[in-house]
Amino acid sequence: MKEQDYDSHFSVPYLLILPSMIILTFFLYWPTVQSVILSLYRTAPFGARKIYSGFDNYINLFTDPTYRASLVRTSIFVLVTIFGGLAISLILSVLVNQKLKGIKIYRTVFFIPYAISPTVSGSLWVFLLNPVAGHINYFLDLLFNIQIPWLTNGFFAFIAIIIATIWKNMGFNIIFFLAGLQSIPDSVYESARIDGANSFQIFRKITVPLLSPTTFYLIIMNIIFTVFQSFGIIDIMTQGGPADATNILIYQLYRDMFVNFRLGLAAAQSVILLILVLIVTFFHFKFVSKGVHYQ
Amino acid sequence: MRKSRKDFLNKLFTHLLLIVISFIVLMPILLALSVSFQPRDQIFSYPPSLIPDKLYFDNYINAWNLVNLDRLLLNSLFASVIVMFGKLALGVLSGYAFSHFEFKYKKTLFFAILFTLMLPMQVRVVPLFVFVSNLGLANTYSGLVLPFLASATTTFLMRQHFLTIPKSLMESAQLDGCGPFRFLFQILIPLSGPALAGLATVNFLVMWNAYLWPLIILNSDEMKVAQQGVKMLFTSASERDWGLIMAGTIIVVIPTIIVFLLAQKFFVKGIATQGIKE
Repeated sequence: MKEQDYDSHFSVPYLLILPSMIILTFFLYWPTVQSVILSLYRTAPFGARKIYSGFDNYINLFTDPTYRASLVRTSIFVLVTIFGGLAISLILSVLVNQKLKGIKIYRTVFFIPYAISPTVSGSLWVFLLNPVAGHINYFLDLLFNIQIPWLTNGFFAFIAIIIATIWKNMGFNIIFFLAGLQSIPDSVYESARIDGANSFQIFRKITVPLLSPTTFYLIIMNIIFTVFQSFGIIDIMTQGGPADATNILIYQLYRDMFVNFRLGLAAAQSVILLILVLIVTFFHFKFVSKGVHYQ
Repeated sequence: MRKSRKDFLNKLFTHLLLIVISFIVLMPILLALSVSFQPRDQIFSYPPSLIPDKLYFDNYINAWNLVNLDRLLLNSLFASVIVMFGKLALGVLSGYAFSHFEFKYKKTLFFAILFTLMLPMQVRVVPLFVFVSNLGLANTYSGLVLPFLASATTTFLMRQHFLTIPKSLMESAQLDGCGPFRFLFQILIPLSGPALAGLATVNFLVMWNAYLWPLIILNSDEMKVAQQGVKMLFTSASERDWGLIMAGTIIVVIPTIIVFLLAQKFFVKGIATQGIKE
Protein backbone atom coordinates (compact mmCIF):
# COMPACT_ATOMS: atom_id res chain seq x y z
CA MET A 1 0.00 0.00 0.00
CA LYS A 2 1.32 3.36 -0.92
CA GLU A 3 -1.12 5.52 0.93
CA GLN A 4 -0.89 6.20 4.65
CA ASP A 5 -2.47 3.32 6.48
CA TYR A 6 -3.02 4.49 10.04
CA ASP A 7 -3.03 0.95 11.34
CA SER A 8 0.55 0.65 10.23
CA HIS A 9 1.54 3.33 12.73
CA PHE A 10 1.19 0.71 15.40
CA SER A 11 2.69 2.79 18.20
CA VAL A 12 0.60 5.90 17.55
CA PRO A 13 -2.55 4.89 19.48
CA TYR A 14 -0.46 3.95 22.51
CA LEU A 15 1.32 7.29 22.40
CA LEU A 16 -2.04 9.03 22.22
CA ILE A 17 -3.33 7.23 25.28
CA LEU A 18 -0.12 7.46 27.27
CA PRO A 19 -0.65 10.89 28.92
CA SER A 20 -4.14 9.97 30.09
CA MET A 21 -2.98 6.60 31.36
CA ILE A 22 -0.13 8.14 33.35
CA ILE A 23 -2.45 10.54 35.13
CA LEU A 24 -5.14 7.92 35.68
CA THR A 25 -2.68 5.38 37.00
CA PHE A 26 -0.99 7.68 39.47
CA PHE A 27 -3.89 9.83 40.57
CA LEU A 28 -6.82 7.44 40.29
CA TYR A 29 -5.84 3.78 40.32
CA TRP A 30 -2.85 3.98 42.62
CA PRO A 31 -4.64 5.98 45.34
CA THR A 32 -7.62 3.65 45.13
CA VAL A 33 -5.44 0.59 45.64
CA GLN A 34 -3.69 2.46 48.44
CA SER A 35 -7.04 3.12 50.07
CA VAL A 36 -7.67 -0.60 50.24
CA ILE A 37 -4.21 -1.35 51.63
CA LEU A 38 -4.25 1.52 54.10
CA SER A 39 -7.62 0.43 55.40
CA LEU A 40 -5.98 -2.73 56.75
CA TYR A 41 -3.56 -0.78 58.94
CA ARG A 42 -3.86 0.98 62.21
CA THR A 43 -2.07 4.30 61.96
CA ALA A 44 -0.71 6.69 64.51
CA PRO A 45 -1.83 10.30 64.07
CA PHE A 46 -0.16 11.92 61.04
CA GLY A 47 0.56 8.46 59.67
CA ALA A 48 3.94 8.22 61.32
CA ARG A 49 3.58 4.55 62.26
CA LYS A 50 1.54 1.81 60.66
CA ILE A 51 0.62 -1.52 62.19
CA TYR A 52 -1.14 -4.20 60.18
CA SER A 53 -4.48 -4.83 61.80
CA GLY A 54 -6.52 -6.85 59.33
CA PHE A 55 -10.15 -5.91 59.29
CA ASP A 56 -10.01 -4.09 62.64
CA ASN A 57 -10.81 -0.72 61.08
CA TYR A 58 -13.92 -2.13 59.47
CA ILE A 59 -14.99 -3.91 62.63
CA ASN A 60 -14.44 -0.74 64.62
CA LEU A 61 -16.49 1.25 62.16
CA PHE A 62 -19.43 -1.09 62.11
CA THR A 63 -19.48 -1.42 65.87
CA ASP A 64 -19.17 2.33 66.35
CA PRO A 65 -22.61 3.80 67.07
CA THR A 66 -21.56 7.14 65.55
CA TYR A 67 -20.65 5.54 62.25
CA ARG A 68 -23.74 3.37 62.19
CA ALA A 69 -25.91 6.37 62.90
CA SER A 70 -24.15 8.20 60.08
CA LEU A 71 -24.87 5.29 57.74
CA VAL A 72 -28.57 5.37 58.56
CA ARG A 73 -28.65 9.17 58.36
CA THR A 74 -26.98 9.11 54.95
CA SER A 75 -29.55 6.62 53.66
CA ILE A 76 -32.43 8.81 54.79
CA PHE A 77 -30.73 11.89 53.38
CA VAL A 78 -30.23 10.19 50.01
CA LEU A 79 -33.77 8.82 49.83
CA VAL A 80 -35.52 12.05 50.76
CA THR A 81 -33.28 14.20 48.55
CA ILE A 82 -33.71 11.97 45.52
CA PHE A 83 -37.43 11.49 45.91
CA GLY A 84 -38.11 15.17 46.56
CA GLY A 85 -35.60 16.37 43.99
CA LEU A 86 -36.85 14.15 41.19
CA ALA A 87 -40.51 14.93 41.88
CA ILE A 88 -39.92 18.69 41.79
CA SER A 89 -37.66 18.44 38.75
CA LEU A 90 -40.18 16.34 36.84
CA ILE A 91 -42.96 18.84 37.45
CA LEU A 92 -40.75 21.74 36.38
CA SER A 93 -39.60 19.82 33.30
CA VAL A 94 -43.16 19.20 32.18
CA LEU A 95 -43.83 22.93 32.66
CA VAL A 96 -40.92 24.01 30.47
CA ASN A 97 -41.60 21.34 27.88
CA GLN A 98 -44.26 23.47 26.20
CA LYS A 99 -44.25 25.32 22.96
CA LEU A 100 -44.30 28.84 24.25
CA LYS A 101 -42.57 32.06 23.36
CA GLY A 102 -39.59 32.68 25.64
CA ILE A 103 -39.61 29.15 27.06
CA LYS A 104 -35.83 29.04 26.69
CA ILE A 105 -35.46 31.82 29.23
CA TYR A 106 -37.33 29.79 31.85
CA ARG A 107 -35.22 26.77 31.03
CA THR A 108 -32.04 28.80 31.53
CA VAL A 109 -33.32 30.00 34.89
CA PHE A 110 -34.02 26.45 36.02
CA PHE A 111 -30.56 25.27 34.92
CA ILE A 112 -28.59 28.02 36.67
CA PRO A 113 -28.43 26.46 40.18
CA TYR A 114 -26.71 23.41 38.74
CA ALA A 115 -23.78 25.51 37.55
CA ILE A 116 -23.35 26.96 41.03
CA SER A 117 -20.90 25.34 43.44
CA PRO A 118 -21.98 23.46 46.58
CA THR A 119 -20.18 26.00 48.78
CA VAL A 120 -21.96 28.97 47.26
CA SER A 121 -25.25 27.11 47.40
CA GLY A 122 -24.65 26.43 51.10
CA SER A 123 -23.75 30.04 51.74
CA LEU A 124 -26.90 31.39 50.04
CA TRP A 125 -29.13 29.06 52.03
CA VAL A 126 -27.45 29.76 55.37
CA PHE A 127 -28.40 33.37 54.88
CA LEU A 128 -31.96 32.68 53.71
CA LEU A 129 -32.60 30.34 56.62
CA ASN A 130 -31.00 32.37 59.39
CA PRO A 131 -33.62 33.31 61.96
CA VAL A 132 -32.75 36.98 62.44
CA ALA A 133 -32.18 38.54 59.02
CA GLY A 134 -33.20 35.68 56.71
CA HIS A 135 -36.29 36.07 54.58
CA ILE A 136 -37.69 32.54 54.87
CA ASN A 137 -38.52 32.79 58.55
CA TYR A 138 -39.97 36.22 57.98
CA PHE A 139 -42.38 34.85 55.38
CA LEU A 140 -43.19 31.80 57.48
CA ASP A 141 -43.95 34.11 60.39
CA LEU A 142 -46.08 36.32 58.19
CA LEU A 143 -48.06 33.50 56.61
CA PHE A 144 -48.30 30.85 59.32
CA ASN A 145 -47.04 32.62 62.38
CA ILE A 146 -44.23 30.12 62.95
CA GLN A 147 -40.50 30.51 63.59
CA ILE A 148 -38.23 27.63 62.67
CA PRO A 149 -34.76 27.26 64.26
CA TRP A 150 -33.36 26.01 60.94
CA LEU A 151 -29.71 25.45 61.67
CA THR A 152 -29.72 25.10 65.44
CA ASN A 153 -32.23 22.27 65.64
CA GLY A 154 -31.02 18.88 64.42
CA PHE A 155 -34.15 17.91 62.53
CA PHE A 156 -34.49 21.23 60.75
CA ALA A 157 -30.77 21.41 59.98
CA PHE A 158 -31.18 18.05 58.25
CA ILE A 159 -34.10 19.46 56.26
CA ALA A 160 -32.05 22.57 55.47
CA ILE A 161 -29.20 20.64 53.83
CA ILE A 162 -31.77 18.60 51.89
CA ILE A 163 -33.35 21.80 50.56
CA ALA A 164 -29.98 23.22 49.52
CA THR A 165 -28.98 19.94 47.86
CA ILE A 166 -32.25 19.62 45.95
CA TRP A 167 -32.01 23.23 44.81
CA LYS A 168 -28.46 22.78 43.61
CA ASN A 169 -29.03 19.54 41.68
CA MET A 170 -32.43 20.36 40.21
CA GLY A 171 -30.97 21.75 36.96
CA PHE A 172 -29.20 18.50 36.19
CA ASN A 173 -32.40 16.49 36.59
CA ILE A 174 -34.37 18.96 34.49
CA ILE A 175 -31.86 18.77 31.62
CA PHE A 176 -32.35 15.01 31.48
CA PHE A 177 -36.09 14.93 32.05
CA LEU A 178 -36.51 17.53 29.34
CA ALA A 179 -34.44 15.46 26.90
CA GLY A 180 -36.56 12.44 27.84
CA LEU A 181 -39.82 14.32 27.41
CA GLN A 182 -38.79 15.63 24.03
CA SER A 183 -38.08 12.13 22.80
CA ILE A 184 -41.69 11.05 23.42
CA PRO A 185 -43.45 11.46 20.07
CA ASP A 186 -46.53 13.67 19.93
CA SER A 187 -48.48 10.86 18.29
CA VAL A 188 -48.44 8.94 21.58
CA TYR A 189 -50.19 11.81 23.35
CA GLU A 190 -52.60 12.36 20.50
CA SER A 191 -53.80 8.79 20.42
CA ALA A 192 -54.21 8.85 24.21
CA ARG A 193 -56.34 11.97 23.90
CA ILE A 194 -58.45 10.40 21.19
CA ASP A 195 -59.02 7.50 23.56
CA GLY A 196 -60.34 10.04 26.03
CA ALA A 197 -57.52 10.24 28.57
CA ASN A 198 -57.26 13.45 30.63
CA SER A 199 -54.03 15.33 31.32
CA PHE A 200 -53.41 13.70 34.68
CA GLN A 201 -54.01 10.21 33.29
CA ILE A 202 -51.67 10.96 30.41
CA PHE A 203 -49.00 12.12 32.85
CA ARG A 204 -49.36 9.04 35.06
CA LYS A 205 -49.93 6.35 32.48
CA ILE A 206 -47.80 7.63 29.61
CA THR A 207 -45.26 10.28 30.57
CA VAL A 208 -43.99 8.70 33.78
CA PRO A 209 -43.59 5.15 32.38
CA LEU A 210 -41.97 6.39 29.19
CA LEU A 211 -39.52 8.40 31.26
CA SER A 212 -38.51 5.45 33.39
CA PRO A 213 -35.12 4.88 31.70
CA THR A 214 -34.28 8.56 32.32
CA THR A 215 -35.57 8.34 35.88
CA PHE A 216 -33.49 5.28 36.59
CA TYR A 217 -30.37 6.94 35.26
CA LEU A 218 -31.09 10.04 37.33
CA ILE A 219 -31.57 7.98 40.48
CA ILE A 220 -28.11 6.46 39.97
CA MET A 221 -26.50 9.85 39.35
CA ASN A 222 -28.32 11.46 42.24
CA ILE A 223 -27.12 8.79 44.64
CA ILE A 224 -23.56 9.71 43.70
CA PHE A 225 -24.27 13.46 43.98
CA THR A 226 -25.96 13.29 47.33
CA VAL A 227 -23.49 10.90 48.91
CA PHE A 228 -20.35 12.67 47.71
CA GLN A 229 -21.02 16.18 46.58
CA SER A 230 -23.01 17.43 49.50
CA PHE A 231 -19.72 17.87 51.35
CA GLY A 232 -19.39 21.52 50.38
CA ILE A 233 -22.98 22.32 51.33
CA ILE A 234 -22.62 20.66 54.74
CA ASP A 235 -19.23 22.17 55.48
CA ILE A 236 -20.62 25.66 54.98
CA MET A 237 -24.08 25.20 56.49
CA THR A 238 -23.70 22.94 59.52
CA GLN A 239 -20.23 21.29 59.71
CA GLY A 240 -22.10 18.07 60.42
CA GLY A 241 -23.89 19.54 63.44
CA PRO A 242 -25.80 20.33 65.51
CA ALA A 243 -24.86 17.24 67.52
CA ASP A 244 -24.08 15.17 64.41
CA ALA A 245 -27.55 15.71 62.93
CA THR A 246 -26.12 16.39 59.48
CA ASN A 247 -23.00 14.25 59.82
CA ILE A 248 -23.32 12.06 56.73
CA LEU A 249 -20.67 9.53 55.62
CA ILE A 250 -18.56 11.85 53.52
CA TYR A 251 -18.37 14.40 56.33
CA GLN A 252 -17.47 11.72 58.86
CA LEU A 253 -14.66 10.60 56.54
CA TYR A 254 -13.35 14.14 56.28
CA ARG A 255 -13.43 14.52 60.05
CA ASP A 256 -11.58 11.29 60.73
CA MET A 257 -8.97 12.15 58.16
CA PHE A 258 -8.33 15.82 58.56
CA VAL A 259 -9.55 16.62 62.03
CA ASN A 260 -8.82 13.43 63.96
CA PHE A 261 -5.94 12.29 61.70
CA ARG A 262 -7.01 8.64 61.77
CA LEU A 263 -5.68 7.64 58.37
CA GLY A 264 -6.48 3.92 58.46
CA LEU A 265 -9.97 4.49 59.70
CA ALA A 266 -10.60 7.12 57.03
CA ALA A 267 -9.23 4.79 54.36
CA ALA A 268 -11.62 2.05 55.50
CA GLN A 269 -14.46 4.55 55.13
CA SER A 270 -13.26 5.34 51.60
CA VAL A 271 -13.35 1.64 50.75
CA ILE A 272 -16.90 1.35 52.09
CA LEU A 273 -17.92 4.26 49.88
CA LEU A 274 -16.07 2.66 46.97
CA ILE A 275 -18.05 -0.56 47.42
CA LEU A 276 -21.22 1.50 47.46
CA VAL A 277 -20.27 3.18 44.17
CA LEU A 278 -19.44 -0.19 42.65
CA ILE A 279 -22.82 -1.62 43.64
CA VAL A 280 -24.64 1.39 42.21
CA THR A 281 -22.61 1.21 38.99
CA PHE A 282 -23.22 -2.50 38.71
CA PHE A 283 -26.97 -1.89 38.71
CA HIS A 284 -26.50 0.92 36.26
CA PHE A 285 -24.61 -1.23 33.75
CA LYS A 286 -26.90 -4.19 34.24
CA PHE A 287 -29.88 -2.01 33.54
CA VAL A 288 -28.33 -0.31 30.53
CA SER A 289 -27.17 -3.59 28.98
CA LYS A 290 -30.63 -5.04 29.45
CA GLY A 291 -31.73 -2.14 27.30
CA VAL A 292 -35.04 -1.21 28.84
CA HIS A 293 -36.28 1.11 26.14
CA TYR A 294 -39.70 1.75 24.86
CA GLN A 295 -38.92 2.63 21.31
CA MET B 1 -62.49 33.36 18.06
CA ARG B 2 -63.43 31.85 21.39
CA LYS B 3 -60.85 29.18 21.00
CA SER B 4 -58.04 31.66 20.37
CA ARG B 5 -59.10 33.67 23.38
CA LYS B 6 -59.04 30.61 25.58
CA ASP B 7 -55.66 29.82 24.11
CA PHE B 8 -54.41 33.30 24.94
CA LEU B 9 -55.58 33.06 28.56
CA ASN B 10 -53.96 29.66 28.83
CA LYS B 11 -50.66 31.03 27.63
CA LEU B 12 -50.90 34.03 29.91
CA PHE B 13 -51.55 31.79 32.88
CA THR B 14 -48.60 29.53 31.99
CA HIS B 15 -46.32 32.55 31.70
CA LEU B 16 -47.44 33.90 35.05
CA LEU B 17 -46.91 30.54 36.69
CA LEU B 18 -43.45 30.17 35.16
CA ILE B 19 -42.47 33.70 36.18
CA VAL B 20 -43.47 33.03 39.79
CA ILE B 21 -41.56 29.73 39.83
CA SER B 22 -38.55 31.39 38.23
CA PHE B 23 -38.48 33.93 41.03
CA ILE B 24 -38.68 31.17 43.62
CA VAL B 25 -35.84 29.26 41.95
CA LEU B 26 -33.68 32.37 41.72
CA MET B 27 -34.69 33.64 45.18
CA PRO B 28 -31.49 32.58 46.95
CA ILE B 29 -29.38 34.48 44.42
CA LEU B 30 -31.65 37.52 44.14
CA LEU B 31 -31.95 38.00 47.89
CA ALA B 32 -28.21 37.55 48.36
CA LEU B 33 -27.69 40.20 45.72
CA SER B 34 -30.12 42.52 47.46
CA VAL B 35 -28.60 42.03 50.91
CA SER B 36 -25.10 42.50 49.54
CA PHE B 37 -26.01 46.12 48.74
CA GLN B 38 -27.60 46.88 52.10
CA PRO B 39 -25.91 48.44 55.11
CA ARG B 40 -26.08 46.53 58.37
CA ASP B 41 -28.97 48.46 59.89
CA GLN B 42 -31.17 47.87 56.87
CA ILE B 43 -30.37 44.14 56.87
CA PHE B 44 -31.42 43.82 60.49
CA SER B 45 -34.48 46.02 60.17
CA TYR B 46 -37.85 44.37 60.57
CA PRO B 47 -39.54 43.50 58.29
CA PRO B 48 -36.48 42.61 56.17
CA SER B 49 -36.41 44.61 52.96
CA LEU B 50 -36.41 43.01 49.54
CA ILE B 51 -34.76 45.93 47.78
CA PRO B 52 -31.84 48.02 49.04
CA ASP B 53 -32.68 51.69 49.75
CA LYS B 54 -29.63 52.74 47.83
CA LEU B 55 -26.65 50.88 46.43
CA TYR B 56 -24.18 50.45 49.27
CA PHE B 57 -20.86 49.14 47.96
CA ASP B 58 -18.91 48.90 51.23
CA ASN B 59 -19.83 45.22 51.68
CA TYR B 60 -18.05 44.38 48.46
CA ILE B 61 -14.96 46.35 49.35
CA ASN B 62 -14.84 44.86 52.84
CA ALA B 63 -15.40 41.31 51.62
CA TRP B 64 -12.72 41.76 48.98
CA ASN B 65 -10.17 42.90 51.54
CA LEU B 66 -11.17 40.60 54.39
CA VAL B 67 -10.34 37.35 52.61
CA ASN B 68 -7.97 38.55 49.89
CA LEU B 69 -10.44 37.76 47.15
CA ASP B 70 -8.21 39.07 44.37
CA ARG B 71 -5.62 36.41 45.15
CA LEU B 72 -8.22 33.64 45.60
CA LEU B 73 -9.98 34.49 42.34
CA LEU B 74 -6.70 34.56 40.44
CA ASN B 75 -5.75 31.16 41.85
CA SER B 76 -9.12 29.74 40.88
CA LEU B 77 -8.97 31.24 37.42
CA PHE B 78 -5.47 29.93 36.84
CA ALA B 79 -6.28 26.41 38.04
CA SER B 80 -9.56 26.28 36.11
CA VAL B 81 -7.98 27.38 32.84
CA ILE B 82 -5.18 24.82 33.23
CA VAL B 83 -7.67 22.05 33.97
CA MET B 84 -9.87 23.15 31.11
CA PHE B 85 -7.06 22.96 28.53
CA GLY B 86 -5.27 20.02 30.09
CA LYS B 87 -8.32 17.83 30.24
CA LEU B 88 -9.29 18.76 26.72
CA ALA B 89 -5.82 18.01 25.36
CA LEU B 90 -5.57 14.63 27.07
CA GLY B 91 -9.14 13.74 26.17
CA VAL B 92 -8.75 14.68 22.51
CA LEU B 93 -5.61 12.55 22.18
CA SER B 94 -6.99 9.46 23.86
CA GLY B 95 -10.43 9.86 22.29
CA TYR B 96 -8.75 9.95 18.87
CA ALA B 97 -6.88 6.73 19.64
CA PHE B 98 -10.12 4.93 20.43
CA SER B 99 -12.11 6.34 17.52
CA HIS B 100 -9.68 5.95 14.62
CA PHE B 101 -7.27 3.16 15.47
CA GLU B 102 -7.33 -0.57 15.89
CA PHE B 103 -4.74 -1.90 18.31
CA LYS B 104 -4.00 -4.66 20.74
CA TYR B 105 -5.72 -4.36 24.13
CA LYS B 106 -7.94 -1.58 22.78
CA LYS B 107 -11.01 -2.85 24.63
CA THR B 108 -9.11 -3.44 27.85
CA LEU B 109 -7.55 0.00 27.79
CA PHE B 110 -10.87 1.65 26.97
CA PHE B 111 -12.47 -0.14 29.87
CA ALA B 112 -9.56 0.84 32.13
CA ILE B 113 -10.20 4.49 31.32
CA LEU B 114 -13.97 4.30 31.64
CA PHE B 115 -13.72 2.42 34.91
CA THR B 116 -12.19 5.48 36.56
CA LEU B 117 -15.66 7.05 36.39
CA MET B 118 -16.38 4.86 39.36
CA LEU B 119 -13.60 6.33 41.46
CA PRO B 120 -14.85 9.71 42.65
CA MET B 121 -12.36 12.05 44.27
CA GLN B 122 -13.91 11.38 47.65
CA VAL B 123 -13.15 7.68 47.49
CA ARG B 124 -9.43 8.15 46.97
CA VAL B 125 -8.89 11.43 48.76
CA VAL B 126 -7.01 9.97 51.74
CA PRO B 127 -4.13 8.22 49.92
CA LEU B 128 -4.20 10.84 47.17
CA PHE B 129 -3.39 13.42 49.81
CA VAL B 130 -0.56 11.25 51.13
CA PHE B 131 0.74 10.58 47.60
CA VAL B 132 0.66 14.19 46.44
CA SER B 133 2.27 15.34 49.69
CA ASN B 134 5.04 12.77 49.31
CA LEU B 135 5.71 14.10 45.83
CA GLY B 136 6.30 17.43 47.54
CA LEU B 137 3.34 18.94 45.73
CA ALA B 138 1.16 19.83 48.70
CA ASN B 139 0.21 23.48 48.61
CA THR B 140 1.28 23.94 44.97
CA TYR B 141 -0.63 24.58 41.76
CA SER B 142 0.61 21.27 40.32
CA GLY B 143 -0.72 19.37 43.31
CA LEU B 144 -4.01 21.18 42.94
CA VAL B 145 -4.61 20.50 39.23
CA LEU B 146 -2.84 17.20 38.45
CA PRO B 147 -5.51 14.90 39.90
CA PHE B 148 -8.13 16.68 37.76
CA LEU B 149 -6.31 16.43 34.46
CA ALA B 150 -7.26 13.07 33.05
CA SER B 151 -10.86 12.26 32.64
CA ALA B 152 -12.83 9.33 31.40
CA THR B 153 -15.72 11.52 30.35
CA THR B 154 -13.66 13.78 28.10
CA THR B 155 -12.00 10.75 26.49
CA PHE B 156 -15.32 9.02 26.02
CA LEU B 157 -17.12 12.04 24.61
CA MET B 158 -14.32 12.98 22.25
CA ARG B 159 -14.33 9.40 20.98
CA GLN B 160 -18.10 9.53 20.49
CA HIS B 161 -17.77 12.82 18.68
CA PHE B 162 -14.91 11.70 16.42
CA LEU B 163 -16.92 8.62 15.47
CA THR B 164 -19.63 10.84 14.01
CA ILE B 165 -17.16 12.32 11.52
CA PRO B 166 -17.49 10.35 8.26
CA LYS B 167 -14.97 7.60 7.69
CA SER B 168 -14.58 8.66 4.05
CA LEU B 169 -12.80 11.76 5.26
CA MET B 170 -10.09 9.71 6.87
CA GLU B 171 -9.79 7.50 3.82
CA SER B 172 -9.27 10.40 1.47
CA ALA B 173 -6.80 11.96 3.90
CA GLN B 174 -4.88 8.70 3.92
CA LEU B 175 -4.87 8.59 0.14
CA ASP B 176 -3.49 12.10 0.08
CA GLY B 177 -0.69 10.98 2.33
CA CYS B 178 -1.87 12.93 5.36
CA GLY B 179 -0.34 11.44 8.52
CA PRO B 180 -2.35 10.62 11.64
CA PHE B 181 -1.31 13.69 13.61
CA ARG B 182 -1.90 16.09 10.75
CA PHE B 183 -5.31 14.50 10.26
CA LEU B 184 -6.13 15.12 13.93
CA PHE B 185 -4.94 18.72 14.07
CA GLN B 186 -5.95 19.94 10.63
CA ILE B 187 -9.18 18.05 10.06
CA LEU B 188 -10.70 16.51 13.17
CA ILE B 189 -10.14 19.32 15.66
CA PRO B 190 -11.36 22.12 13.37
CA LEU B 191 -14.54 20.08 12.84
CA SER B 192 -15.12 19.72 16.59
CA GLY B 193 -15.68 23.29 17.75
CA PRO B 194 -19.01 22.86 19.56
CA ALA B 195 -18.02 19.57 21.20
CA LEU B 196 -14.77 21.08 22.44
CA ALA B 197 -16.54 24.20 23.69
CA GLY B 198 -19.10 22.15 25.62
CA LEU B 199 -16.48 20.07 27.35
CA ALA B 200 -14.32 23.11 28.03
CA THR B 201 -17.16 24.86 29.86
CA VAL B 202 -18.01 21.84 31.96
CA ASN B 203 -14.36 21.21 32.80
CA PHE B 204 -13.74 24.84 33.69
CA LEU B 205 -16.64 24.77 36.11
CA VAL B 206 -15.60 21.43 37.58
CA MET B 207 -12.37 23.03 38.75
CA TRP B 208 -13.86 26.41 39.59
CA ASN B 209 -16.46 24.75 41.83
CA ALA B 210 -14.17 22.14 43.40
CA TYR B 211 -13.90 22.44 47.15
CA LEU B 212 -12.85 19.24 48.95
CA TRP B 213 -9.53 18.73 47.17
CA PRO B 214 -8.36 22.37 47.42
CA LEU B 215 -9.42 22.38 51.07
CA ILE B 216 -7.20 19.39 51.74
CA ILE B 217 -4.16 20.09 49.59
CA LEU B 218 -3.81 23.87 49.99
CA ASN B 219 -2.98 25.36 53.34
CA SER B 220 -1.42 28.77 52.88
CA ASP B 221 -3.62 31.79 52.37
CA GLU B 222 -1.94 32.85 49.14
CA MET B 223 -2.60 29.45 47.52
CA LYS B 224 -6.26 29.08 48.42
CA VAL B 225 -9.06 29.17 45.84
CA ALA B 226 -12.28 31.12 45.63
CA GLN B 227 -14.53 28.37 47.00
CA GLN B 228 -12.44 28.31 50.17
CA GLY B 229 -12.96 32.05 50.29
CA VAL B 230 -16.67 31.42 50.84
CA LYS B 231 -15.88 29.39 53.92
CA MET B 232 -13.35 32.00 55.08
CA LEU B 233 -16.06 34.65 54.87
CA PHE B 234 -18.03 32.73 57.46
CA THR B 235 -15.07 32.15 59.77
CA SER B 236 -13.55 35.60 59.59
CA ALA B 237 -16.48 38.00 59.21
CA SER B 238 -17.66 39.52 62.44
CA GLU B 239 -20.72 37.90 63.96
CA ARG B 240 -23.14 37.38 61.10
CA ASP B 241 -22.18 40.32 58.93
CA TRP B 242 -24.58 39.11 56.23
CA GLY B 243 -24.03 42.00 53.85
CA LEU B 244 -20.33 41.25 53.67
CA ILE B 245 -20.76 37.46 53.50
CA MET B 246 -23.32 37.71 50.69
CA ALA B 247 -21.19 40.25 48.81
CA GLY B 248 -18.24 37.85 48.91
CA THR B 249 -20.44 34.94 47.86
CA ILE B 250 -21.79 36.94 44.93
CA ILE B 251 -18.26 37.78 43.79
CA VAL B 252 -17.36 34.08 43.82
CA VAL B 253 -20.48 33.05 41.91
CA ILE B 254 -20.31 35.73 39.21
CA PRO B 255 -17.69 33.92 37.07
CA THR B 256 -19.75 30.72 37.30
CA ILE B 257 -22.85 32.48 36.05
CA ILE B 258 -21.04 34.37 33.31
CA VAL B 259 -19.40 31.18 32.00
CA PHE B 260 -22.71 29.36 32.22
CA LEU B 261 -24.69 32.04 30.39
CA LEU B 262 -22.06 32.50 27.69
CA ALA B 263 -21.82 28.83 26.94
CA GLN B 264 -25.23 27.66 28.07
CA LYS B 265 -26.04 25.92 24.81
CA PHE B 266 -22.79 23.97 24.88
CA PHE B 267 -22.93 23.44 28.60
CA VAL B 268 -26.35 21.85 28.55
CA LYS B 269 -25.35 19.72 25.59
CA GLY B 270 -22.13 18.76 27.30
CA ILE B 271 -24.02 17.71 30.41
CA ALA B 272 -26.74 15.92 28.50
CA THR B 273 -24.30 13.90 26.45
CA GLN B 274 -21.94 13.23 29.28
CA GLY B 275 -24.32 12.99 32.15
CA ILE B 276 -21.53 12.43 34.53
CA LYS B 277 -20.39 14.83 37.11
CA GLU B 278 -16.99 14.56 38.60
